[in-house]
Amino acid sequence: MQFTRRDALIMSLGAAAASVLPVQAFAAASAEEILAEFTGGAAVGEGGLTLTAPEIAENGNTVPIAVDAPGAVSVMILATKNPSPLVVTFNFGPMAGSQSASTRIRLAGTQDVVAVAKMSDGSFVQASQAVKVTIGGCGG
Amino acid sequence: MASGVKPRVKVPKTAAIGDVVTIKTLISHKMESGQRKDKSGNAIPRSIINRFTCDFNGENVIDVALEPSISTNPYFQFEAKVPASGEFTFTWYDDDGETYTTAKSIAAT
Repeated sequence: MQFTRRDALIMSLGAAAASVLPVQAFAAASAEEILAEFTGGAAVGEGGLTLTAPEIAENGNTVPIAVDAPGAVSVMILATKNPSPLVVTFNFGPMAGSQSASTRIRLAGTQDVVAVAKMSDGSFVQASQAVKVTIGGCGG
Repeated sequence: MASGVKPRVKVPKTAAIGDVVTIKTLISHKMESGQRKDKSGNAIPRSIINRFTCDFNGENVIDVALEPSISTNPYFQFEAKVPASGEFTFTWYDDDGETYTTAKSIAAT
């Protein structure tokens, strides 16, 4: 087999990804723990929450995401495979025009992005989307 | 102290009373995650903005808790009610205790 420039690039990317893996092993708190703390162990339903994220993000350093959760008090975003999975928490005040917001986040690699919303009646809903990341965004 | 921090905010100048307006904010900040290492292998200490709030005439619109996974130059877009003329105030809280504030007034007709 002859190595083309493209093959060499792909292999070096793979090697770089492998060298990052041990760093992620000692994540501060897992996504499940953070989720349990946010919901207090309550059941998390589906629906009523829209998470918009790209299917493929070329650059993990800045991935645009948007959430829309009518009737929510707060919305938490988790990136399940980031070194610290908690990304951001939006708390909506009385003057919020709608329970929607968008921002840009870092993703360490291909993974599921999860949004969890706390509704005004105290229930929780979640939505998730898989995002493919070509270049990770957490250094390493 | 993070250098060159400059908040930028986009708010419409006028709106109809009771309207909902879209607000865009951006602050230039390097958002050092604490995960990266410098050339000699030492971890670069975390230096991020950890909280952002927006208020309208003293009432809260949005209160955001930021974590290291937020991108460089944190950008937010959200919507706010405009029941009367007034002023939006925006505050960013840095890890080093610094706060950056800016304000924009809006005329409701």
